[in-house]
Amino acid sequence: MLGFLKSLFQPQSSSEAAKERLRVVLLSDHLSLAPEVVELLKADLLAVMSKYVEIDERNAEVTFEQRESDFALSASVPILSVKTDRTATYRASVAVGTLHANASEDPIPSAPASPGRRRRRRRNRRLAQIQVASTTIVQASQVQATAQAQAEPLQV
Amino acid sequence: MHERSAESQAAPSAVQPRGRAIVITSGKGGVGKTTTTANVGTALAMRGARVALVDADVGLRNLDIVLGLEARVKYHLLDVLEEKVSLDEALVRDKRSEQLFLLAAAQTREKEEVDTGLMFALIERLRGEFDYVLIDCPAGIEQGFKNAVVGAQDAIVVCTPEVSAVRDADRVVGLLPNAFRPQLIVNRLRLQLVKKGKMLSVDDVNGILRLPLLGVIPDEPDIIVATNKGEPLALNPLSAVGASYRAIAAKLAGDDVEAPQVREKTSFFASLVGLFGGRS
Repeated sequence: MLGFLKSLFQPQSSSEAAKERLRVVLLSDHLSLAPEVVELLKADLLAVMSKYVEIDERNAEVTFEQRESDFALSASVPILSVKTDRTATYRASVAVGTLHANASEDPIPSAPASPGRRRRRRRNRRLAQIQVASTTIVQASQVQATAQAQAEPLQV
Repeated sequence: MHERSAESQAAPSAVQPRGRAIVITSGKGGVGKTTTTANVGTALAMRGARVALVDADVGLRNLDIVLGLEARVKYHLLDVLEEKVSLDEALVRDKRSEQLFLLAAAQTREKEEVDTGLMFALIERLRGEFDYVLIDCPAGIEQGFKNAVVGAQDAIVVCTPEVSAVRDADRVVGLLPNAFRPQLIVNRLRLQLVKKGKMLSVDDVNGILRLPLLGVIPDEPDIIVATNKGEPLALNPLSAVGASYRAIAAKLAGDDVEAPQVREKTSFFASLVGLFGGRS
């Protein structure tokens, strides 16, 4: 009974803490990525993205998370505006170190841009969701992952 | 040497029936590999199988102690590998079972002295003579681990519900040959602690390792008593731990058995629930 009452006031049991610690430690074990490597990866990822879109680097988040059966690299990067002209192809295959990233095949909206629309577009902050899936046990040198940048049609 | 071994493993001889060589491993030390080897071996022998237990923990041998056979050991693994004595001379027959044999590790030698190729050949030979060859793997992932794994076709991974043990088990599973289908034994589970949220549950452990679950061993004081006496609990019909080991042996042998539910002995209420068939 006392244990039950205690558990009401304890936000996290020690087994929950153990699970979380295991999750984090196995993540880096499996990916063989040191924290500084993750930082480098993040910097490269953002550098690649900023070739095509203007992004809000300060609010960009790159994290690893465990999913049902694998680990995923999740990047949440606020997009401030689209930089280049839309006739340019948005398929890009960019090698970042050993990580191979492919931009999505979805073409960006091809509506003719009036000056007014372009301004409104600038005001719209957009979020690009990137998910990089990996198998559970991979060496960093073998990671071949696909990043998908989803661009939704603009709603004004 | 490894390459050659792998090849001959891939093409098993069709002529003679072969026993199964299974390595009992964990990565981390002190999680119960040796106790597991002794008990699963004993339980398999009780079922009528011919079983050889090989202590691959050269330099830190203990399997003979857990089995209560230390006084009978005259020769060891390295004596056989170096052809000082024959295999038959070095195999120690168990006190209680005529089906169970032990090949002890050398206590005063080092793991690096074991030749991987010779070890492979020895396990192959034992497979010709026994239904099961259980290899008690040393802790660690170095030479001793490699020598213990080289002749095996499969593995049992022993893990306790602790962060360090799960991490090491995860590492060891990644180092096993691809052909293996390792199975998991969760050892020293304390259900009361799990219920209170103070211990990782079997699902927590296996949610990470994702191996076929071979069995769960409750943490009971009689394990210590049994080790003190050198009598594996698998022999004790009244022990919950013994029942778990016997169920593991049955499962290994291919019987479709329901593993005994791990119950808390200490709680009267839990035993009552158990009596009426509830899942505790």
